[in-house]
Amino acid sequence: MTLRLDDLRLTRGATHVLDGVTLEAREGEFISILGPSGAGKSTLFELLLGSLAAEGGQITHNGQPVQGRDLFAFMPQRDALMPWRRVIDNIALGLEVQGLPRRAARDRVRPLLPRFGLDGFERHWPHQLSGGMRQRAALARTLVQDRPLLLLDEPFGALDALTRTRMQRWLEARLQETRVTTLLVTHDVREAVALSDRIYLLSPRPARVVEVFDVPQPRPRMETGPGEEALALETRILRTLLEGERE
Amino acid sequence: MDIANVTRAAARGLRRAAPALVSVVLILLGWEVYVDLSGISATALPAPSRVAAQGWQARAVLAENALATLTATLSGFAVSLACAFVLSVAIDFVPLLRRALFPVFVISQTLPLVAIAPLVVLWFGFGLLPKILLVALVTFFPMLVALVDGFEATDRDITRLLRSMGAGRGQLFWRARLPSALPFFFAGLRISITYAVVAAIFAEYAGAARGLGIFILNAKNNFRPDLVLAAVFVSSALTLALFALAVMAQHFAQPWRRA
Ligand SMILES: Nc1ncnc2c1ncn2[C@@H]1O[C@H](COP(=O)(O)OP(=O)(O)O)[C@@H](O)[C@H]1O
Ligand SMILES: [Mg+2]
Repeated sequence: MTLRLDDLRLTRGATHVLDGVTLEAREGEFISILGPSGAGKSTLFELLLGSLAAEGGQITHNGQPVQGRDLFAFMPQRDALMPWRRVIDNIALGLEVQGLPRRAARDRVRPLLPRFGLDGFERHWPHQLSGGMRQRAALARTLVQDRPLLLLDEPFGALDALTRTRMQRWLEARLQETRVTTLLVTHDVREAVALSDRIYLLSPRPARVVEVFDVPQPRPRMETGPGEEALALETRILRTLLEGERE
Repeated sequence: MDIANVTRAAARGLRRAAPALVSVVLILLGWEVYVDLSGISATALPAPSRVAAQGWQARAVLAENALATLTATLSGFAVSLACAFVLSVAIDFVPLLRRALFPVFVISQTLPLVAIAPLVVLWFGFGLLPKILLVALVTFFPMLVALVDGFEATDRDITRLLRSMGAGRGQLFWRARLPSALPFFFAGLRISITYAVVAAIFAEYAGAARGLGIFILNAKNNFRPDLVLAAVFVSSALTLALFALAVMAQHFAQPWRRA
């Protein structure tokens, strides 16, 4: 399985957003797309999901043009939990959309709750959850769809530093279990280094890939905290980012 | 819910309502004292005690007329709600309809009820139909706007999420746009239901066999301001009861707001 984004170009209104973005994700890889705010990272996901059409370039999956949405499970930048659905029904949303009756969808979701730290909260409403729990519910909603590719748009951006680290560690453990191919959009360098197999660094708008970093370190990484290599890589990426801004 | 809980809720409600109750009582007391001291005639300004006594004596007639008004209000409002809902859904699916129809409805809101009510009665007689039409005329557009705006207020990320899951236009409406509109719908409902009562009474005033409107007209013509005021109090009570019903409906329709 390989997903390729090839020389994607897009202008939104008067704004030149994407200036030829090329990247690749192979089976089971964790890919980060790292770039400053407003670079066009969320826009890239909108192209993948087909809610926007690129003006140039193409997206292929195993060499075929991508069509339909059943390839991706998407987590939007904010958790987008529905206030009028209980936690369990929010997580089961994708299954219901696929046509599963509510009862069956709940039965599929229920056994997963403990692993997402939501045991005993299935009957709660989203507004009764903490920020970290909401994010875990949104992730559960994404993973339960059982799609070959995850698209995560700054999933931990709104959390405090401690909760964020905890969630990253937890996500790493979940993905160790499933090894599902993942594209993560983030502006957090440390997060990208900690979680990724490969990092695509985007320039400020109009976005293009400035540099690609491989992160060869063994997993799990979050248990031990960042090693020396990781810190060195983080410094290198930060320097590249800052140089890009000075131009 | 056990008895202690109910009692506590009732006590809390009473404490919250206390300031309003006190001011109402003070106004009535001041009115009573003024009538007593100034010696103003009862045909000009009856004291509240007299209004209450005369109203109580006429309670059978008042109740019968109040029931007629309630029937007109609820049937008119039901028709209005049904039309507003159907049309709001149509507009949500076909945005062009909005631009085609909204100007017409805005104009309908500028028609003075005083002028329209007698005409509608002239065309459709003294039965229920003209009341339904007038109540609908007054309440339809606010409910339509509440629903259309409510659908529009759907969170963009939720829309994106549902689309990414493969939801089509129908699922999008059912799973996101309709629930998103609930707060708007109930805000509109609370206000419109009070307008509905006023519109029904107005319609009856313009011509009817029964109803608080025609009761008020007759009482006025017979120089009985005490009975006019008694009917006014009954209509206020009716409006408040319907308002409370709307609040309760919201309470049950949006359980997540309670938790
Ligand atoms: N709906 C839109 N219409 C026009 N321009 C938009 C829209 N959404 C985003 N943009 C522009 O595209 C740029 C990239 O946005 P986005 O992809 O959300 O950035 P990122 O996710 O990297 O922060 C923004 O700078 C913004 O000006
Ligand atoms: Mg973004």
